[in-house]
Amino acid sequence: MKTCLVVDDSSVIRKIARRILENLEFEVTEAEDGSQALQICQRQLPDAVLLDWNMPVMDGFEFMGHMRRLPGGDQPKVVFCTTENNVAHIAQALSGGANEYIMKPFDKDIIADKFAEVGLLPAGHDLV
Amino acid sequence: MTPTEYEYLRKFLKDQSGLDLSADKQYLIESRLLPLARKAGLSGIGELVQRLQGSSSALTTSVVEAMTTNETFFFRDKVPFDHFRDTIMPEVIKARAGRRSVRIWCAAGSTGQEPYSLAMCLKEMGAALAGWRVEIVATDLSQEVLEKARAGIYSQFEVQRGLPIQMLVKYFKQAGETWQINPDVRAMVQHRQLNLLHDFSQLGTFDVIFCRNVLIYFDQDTKVSIFNRLARQIEPDGFLVLGAAETVVGLTDTFRPISDRRGLYRPNDPRPAAAKPVVADAAPRLVAMAGR
Repeated sequence: MKTCLVVDDSSVIRKIARRILENLEFEVTEAEDGSQALQICQRQLPDAVLLDWNMPVMDGFEFMGHMRRLPGGDQPKVVFCTTENNVAHIAQALSGGANEYIMKPFDKDIIADKFAEVGLLPAGHDLV
Repeated sequence: MTPTEYEYLRKFLKDQSGLDLSADKQYLIESRLLPLARKAGLSGIGELVQRLQGSSSALTTSVVEAMTTNETFFFRDKVPFDHFRDTIMPEVIKARAGRRSVRIWCAAGSTGQEPYSLAMCLKEMGAALAGWRVEIVATDLSQEVLEKARAGIYSQFEVQRGLPIQMLVKYFKQAGETWQINPDVRAMVQHRQLNLLHDFSQLGTFDVIFCRNVLIYFDQDTKVSIFNRLARQIEPDGFLVLGAAETVVGLTDTFRPISDRRGLYRPNDPRPAAAKPVVADAAPRLVAMAGR
């Protein structure tokens, strides 16, 4: 089973994301800020990180920088999931090592599409 | 909705658009037409049917438009676009190296996501198509849908369905809460109103035809007629792309499936098998004439 770390300071968002990802057969762990997420990654890297940007203690962008420098830290697929919806933020995230980017609000179809895009779900699922 | 009203609407839609609803699609009619009826100030489906029987042409158009499915997103189903990039275009580039032009038809272009996805695919091929004349013709039944396609403006929700984020950044410009596809990509696509039930020979011939997720709504006879007419608009070495739930098998021998490429078809040799010996007989005569 593939693993996904959901990092968001909103417990509601974490719960919604968990439900969607569990339905897509991911094993989900949660962190409420970048610093907690980094501690989890230092123990074991997940296959994917669904990552909010603005969070207390350590934001998502800073977390990604630290995680990418861990041994094997280039492996996890990072999918940002944030209300920051302008090109400047998207470009910054991509150049900082993000694989995909979701602009909130999101739904299960967007999550499924983006996780397929980074190769963690089979592509070409027919949604007729 | 009474059974009589449902039967009336089924027949009405069949006559007007070829849409062939099975006996159990009441929910579809209600979900699409109830909002429309309300918007028109009518009490419900019953009154809408009365108006249609009184042949209100404005309402006819809105009803047909509302019932024609427009669910679409960028790179829908992904696989056909992989085929386009990895199988179709390499062959077209080889076959058309002389005249350096390619014509593509999206026969159910809808709100533009499919033709623009193809346009972006072609842009990504870059140098391989430098100096080529590329023409994408996108047709749809609905004028309203075509206007949206022409504008190329999509909601934040729409640009997140199927579109890789790098492509969003590369080919779109943000305008508040919406995203508009760039003018150079828009310019690659011509949008035209077209009913597939009517003659479409004026469109000319194409190297590639995408006709996805539209034939499923038609009955067998209509499908056969459309396939046979599509066959006349496609180059003998062209490609037809159908939706995942669609096939020509058992309907027509004008196209044949390509093995290992789901949804991909090529036209069959238009000459009937019986005509072939005649051609073979003729060959020695031609040689003899050439030798004279």
